[in-house]
Amino acid sequence: MSATLHSAQGLEAINPVLNFSIFGAFVLITLVIVFRASRNTKTAADYYAAGRSFSGPQNGMAIAGDYLSAASFLGIVGAIALNGYDGFLYSIGFLVAWLVALLLVAELMRNTAKFTMGDVLAFRMRQRPIRAAAAISTLAVSFFYLLAQMAGGGALVNLLLGIRSEAGQNAIIAAVGVVMILYVLIGGMKGTTWVQIIKAGLLIAGAGAMTVWVLAIYGFDFSGVLADAVAQEGGKGEALLAPGAQYGMNEISKLNFLSLGIALVLGTAGLPHVLMRFYTVPTAKDARRSVVWAIALIGLFYLFTLVLGYGAGALVGPEQINDAPGGVNSAAPLLALALGGPLLLGFIAAVAFATILAVVAGLTITASASFAHDVYASVIKKGKVENQNSEVRVARITALVIGAVSVLGGILAKEQNVAFLVALAFAVAASANLPTILYTLFWKRFNTQGALWSIYGGLIVTITLIVFSPAVSGSETAMFKNADFAWFPLANPGLVSIPLAFFLGWLGTMLSKESNDKKQAEMEVRSLTGAGAEKAAEH
Amino acid sequence: MTDTENGRPDGQGPEPDWEAVQASPEFQELRRRLRVFVFPMTAFFLGWYLLYVLVADYAHDFMAIPLFGNINIGIVFGLLQFVSTFIITGLYVRYAGRRLDPIADKIRHQVEEGAK
Repeated sequence: MSATLHSAQGLEAINPVLNFSIFGAFVLITLVIVFRASRNTKTAADYYAAGRSFSGPQNGMAIAGDYLSAASFLGIVGAIALNGYDGFLYSIGFLVAWLVALLLVAELMRNTAKFTMGDVLAFRMRQRPIRAAAAISTLAVSFFYLLAQMAGGGALVNLLLGIRSEAGQNAIIAAVGVVMILYVLIGGMKGTTWVQIIKAGLLIAGAGAMTVWVLAIYGFDFSGVLADAVAQEGGKGEALLAPGAQYGMNEISKLNFLSLGIALVLGTAGLPHVLMRFYTVPTAKDARRSVVWAIALIGLFYLFTLVLGYGAGALVGPEQINDAPGGVNSAAPLLALALGGPLLLGFIAAVAFATILAVVAGLTITASASFAHDVYASVIKKGKVENQNSEVRVARITALVIGAVSVLGGILAKEQNVAFLVALAFAVAASANLPTILYTLFWKRFNTQGALWSIYGGLIVTITLIVFSPAVSGSETAMFKNADFAWFPLANPGLVSIPLAFFLGWLGTMLSKESNDKKQAEMEVRSLTGAGAEKAAEH
Repeated sequence: MTDTENGRPDGQGPEPDWEAVQASPEFQELRRRLRVFVFPMTAFFLGWYLLYVLVADYAHDFMAIPLFGNINIGIVFGLLQFVSTFIITGLYVRYAGRRLDPIADKIRHQVEEGAK
């Protein structure tokens, strides 16, 4: 039945002009919206937290927009198409992780802080050292995540716009960077949030339509999709349906998978750009509502990717996916082509670009807020900033610098193996940020030294283990293929670094006598009741 | 502790006596209700997720046992993780709305009124 569909249409059917025009329309429309949204962006609360004026459902959409990166769309669909079940494991980790945010983090953070992760971590500690540490960790996570997104962008240009020349690809990456900087500089958090809402709507609608289409072809019998995926030549056959095709080779790769699974589930609630989204709503109840919406949308989307992945395996086939320029990443676009021809492909390509834009914009505003609010205002100016406008000016300049760095990084990292960058971002978030956040919210005895030990300890251990892992040297897929200085066997360090960071936070706390019962009481009462929490701005 | 610039609720009135609020039976009850729900629930879903990861990682043959047509235990187990996530979300929203929000709102009003 599928043979009629994926007949002769290969990637030569890609129409760059069409793809460009659809993407151009998206950029134009979102820029107009960003301009309109920016008219009220005056204060720091406007720039960092969109005046706390978004509703729960809106913020839930924006969280989904921030979270569902091109890597999760193209990467997971491709992984399921080629490696079957193992691709599905990612989506489950990415989804279950939201329960950590819902139950333990979102509301309490919304109640205690203003703009950044540093606000929460420094609340009852000595301000300057903790804010500096929180900013360093935020910048590190954002940088690794940004680099992965931009590098993925290069591959996408090659695949979707048919641009093969080096200079052409670099120009597109630079253009993506410029548009992203415009969003952030003009629109601040409000504009960025709208871009994410629109992008999430398009992405989920597009994936949903394709899912229904695939299922309709098989008379809404998912088992039939699986049967066709298994029957495809050049694929992995029956092995597609069970776990192990990608991670089951040996004991090390199994351990590596366990480590990845733990980092995924604990990393999400420590990602600074996710945490910052909780400040854009007026109350803790809205923060709760936004996570509920995010869980519903993200869960739905990952169910779609399951069907789309096996659908691509069945309707496009592993041989054609492997032969396409983007390899595994081309499964979703090729499926769009097989289903709806060049027009649907153009739409999906534009959505994939929009995804990179929106995620990169969200990361940039988070990193710039952390630098301006935690480093400039608190560490450099010692909390004595003349007025908040100068803080926002610093944030804008930082955004410009980060934008430039990410364009440069994206161009340099274009041909790199980027999967480990995302794993690194999650591992750092789970090791350096999450233990510190949980201790500070739930453990009375926790103090400045404990926080410093868990942040810096988690950060240093994670990065060290990554540097000496097979992801960086000594293997086929490593960053430096020709060198071998790896002694740590796992590509993902979470299994070691997360427990170690929890332990260091405990040890550092116990070895210091510092305590501040007054601030602890204030923080606990405020975090649980919302007393004195930042209110929505009035316009 | 000289450099704490954070923490005053928008500068109105005197600072509430946070330690007294924290020690009040009402607040202690709110704290107990929150912890008695979120800690066991977190232990449960992390354990349930870890069980899934371990089975997927080390028991491939078990996961490959077919249940309906080509749909095997692995796919059903994976989908159950979605189901449990949605159910826990729903349970928490209900619990928070009934058992946490009323007390939290009451304490917040008392603190904010008292501070004026």
